[in-house]
Amino acid sequence: MDIQFSAEGEKFRDEVRRFLRENLPDNIRDAVRSERMDLPVDEQRRWQGILAEKGWGAPSWPKEHGGAGWTDEQFYIFEREMALNDAPRPLSFGIQMLGPTLLHFGNEEQKRKFLPGTLRGDILWCQGYSEPNAGSDLASLKTRAVLEGDRYVINGSKIWTTDAHTADWMFGLFRTDSSGKKQDGITFLLLDMKSPGLTVRPLIMFEGTHEVNQVFFDNVKVPVSQRIYEEGKGWTVAKHLLSLERFGTAEVSRTLASIARLKRLAARIPAGEGTLLDDPDFAQRVADAEMELRALELTELRFLFAPTGESGGAEASMLKIRGTEIQQEVFGLTVEALGQYAQAAPGTGADEVPAGLLAEFRLGAAASRTHFNFRKTSIYAGSNEIQKNIIAKAVLGLGR
Amino acid sequence: MRFAPTDEQAMFRDSVRRFVADEYPFDRRLKIVAEAPGYLDAHWQAFAELGWLSVPFPEEFGGLGGSAFDVAVLMEEFGRGLVVSPYLSTVVLSGRLLTDANGEAARTLIDEIIAGKAKASAALLEPQGRYDLNDVATKAEPDGDGWRLSGRKTGVPFGATADRLIVSARAGGGRRDPEGISLFLVDPGAKGVSLQSYRTHDGGSAAVLDLAGVAVKRGDLLGHAGKALPLIERATDVASAALAAEAVGAMEAAQQATVAYAKTRKQFDQNLGQFQALQHRMVDMFMKCELSRSMAIEAADGAGMDDPAERSRRVAAARALIGKQARHVCEEAVQLHGGIGVTMEVPVGHHLKRVMAINATLGDPAWHRHRYLRYLRSADNLAAGGVA
Repeated sequence: MDIQFSAEGEKFRDEVRRFLRENLPDNIRDAVRSERMDLPVDEQRRWQGILAEKGWGAPSWPKEHGGAGWTDEQFYIFEREMALNDAPRPLSFGIQMLGPTLLHFGNEEQKRKFLPGTLRGDILWCQGYSEPNAGSDLASLKTRAVLEGDRYVINGSKIWTTDAHTADWMFGLFRTDSSGKKQDGITFLLLDMKSPGLTVRPLIMFEGTHEVNQVFFDNVKVPVSQRIYEEGKGWTVAKHLLSLERFGTAEVSRTLASIARLKRLAARIPAGEGTLLDDPDFAQRVADAEMELRALELTELRFLFAPTGESGGAEASMLKIRGTEIQQEVFGLTVEALGQYAQAAPGTGADEVPAGLLAEFRLGAAASRTHFNFRKTSIYAGSNEIQKNIIAKAVLGLGR
Repeated sequence: MRFAPTDEQAMFRDSVRRFVADEYPFDRRLKIVAEAPGYLDAHWQAFAELGWLSVPFPEEFGGLGGSAFDVAVLMEEFGRGLVVSPYLSTVVLSGRLLTDANGEAARTLIDEIIAGKAKASAALLEPQGRYDLNDVATKAEPDGDGWRLSGRKTGVPFGATADRLIVSARAGGGRRDPEGISLFLVDPGAKGVSLQSYRTHDGGSAAVLDLAGVAVKRGDLLGHAGKALPLIERATDVASAALAAEAVGAMEAAQQATVAYAKTRKQFDQNLGQFQALQHRMVDMFMKCELSRSMAIEAADGAGMDDPAERSRRVAAARALIGKQARHVCEEAVQLHGGIGVTMEVPVGHHLKRVMAINATLGDPAWHRHRYLRYLRSADNLAAGGVA
């Protein structure tokens, strides 16, 4: 057993830190520090360009396509340092999902057409999976793609589509055959978000953020050349794509940074004779979150560095469940720490509150916005209940 | 980074597992623990022959120089198989105290322990101090060339079958002062020693030790007079790491037994495992086992550290978290077994008893959480996390 980073790992960590200190723009750092996920699209492109310039834009891709050729330890350290230093999350749709899918299932022309632009941040992607009646039960999706000559014609609707309002392209699953098993007859297509017949309706989250949308397809035409893999084999592509999510699903390092902020906050908020961090009840709950997070961090490392390969992706399910639960707990504690300031609505400004209290009101409003916003994490990407079903079946062998 | 066991550790684990399977099947265990002190001397002799009693001692002391990870391998299997033995109190806790104290008397006792000729136990806690190791009212008064000890120590594991007792007593300072505590080797047969032994619900035994002016020779002082607390804290952290591993073995066995039972027990024409409400509870148990396993690694990693703050932070976090989760998992195991779960006849209730006993040994989860709080408020911790 050895749970310390190697000497090479520590050297690499210093290199990542130095790079971030010198290259991460302040306004982007500040946005991430206030727990925002909805970075403006120009900033997303700008940051992806900076990373790509350094050769770190898509580290997990093969080297000839712009990958970094790192060891597992280096991937882990990179992800961790990005989080601890308030760099944006990696572009999950383009870099982490579509890129590897194209590399595995795409033909040479498709790779040539989409990979370089995705790497540079010129093409931002969204994912067309869920539908109004196909959420956790994704294979029930009904949006139809009918082959007419050399084009598919799409009709129907996708929902919960994160970034549909900012993305350039969508990859998605569409029904091309409904005669057999529901997992059969699904096809994986790429489509231009500027296609005629495609409209995007914003779905505003209850705290006011615009991240997700409903997308409507009214005879949207997609050339056959934008189909990935075979017709009717989209489910195979989607399953492969899911198995790629080994790193970072638990957001352990992001939550580590959030807990650090919470503790520093609690150590300066007055309470009774001392600070909130002196309050035994509050401190105990912070300590619990911190210990639980450490347990999860080590579990993630254990899964990464001693893979058994026997649990069929169930590790990711467990990391997702606990990671989101702990993250939500930390954001809840942050709201409690800010007390009455956390009642303030998002965007509370200088014209509404005294100047001396403005900073606290802003923190409070941001904390509540974050707390509400992150309720999504235990629902999206397979709700935590679905993840438990997966573990029950795949690891414990129950329900057969 | 390396999380897999070494080849030697895997072999060691297999040999302990084989011993438990051959010598300690559940039915036989019930008979063994029915009689005081709860273990067979023949098994202790077998431990000696297998070399297990020498695992954590340094090579220059005649040991194998094993790490806390090596000890954890054995303890986890003991937890899984519900093995009752004075291994923790003799080899891990007393062993560490003796190793760190060094000196002639300590060396002699270590030789005897490794050979299986002597067992030791540590008397470190008192009725008024709960789990606080610095809370020592037992007095050590100078007497000629030696000392006289007076006071009461509680929770002395397997005290009645120990050949030598290691006792903390105060040679100076106030009752809760960290300074002024010394460690002494006490012969249980000495004049003024009274040991009252009781059975523990997990099949073991423990004793209350009363010392009434017990004479101790100069050579039986362990380490330096008045400076024993750091030594005690280190040895109890090392023992806590071992207990953490034992608890993980016990909880995981209970969790696995529950899943196995749910696959065969039928009600309403289906296996219990087909009910989603029960599936999710078993998934929660599984996750708690995995997280606890990670924290047992954290504890073993910490146990090997020289910096007391770094060490105790890791051990305290592990025991706080594992204590809570082990209890929950074993209670759920009893619940999901239904009626059979509350009987003597299946192991899950015994696993619950063992983890509850562990939770009252060298600090309960709340006590360890309090210990962790000291770290939480430290400047180091406040500076950690965000690097920018």
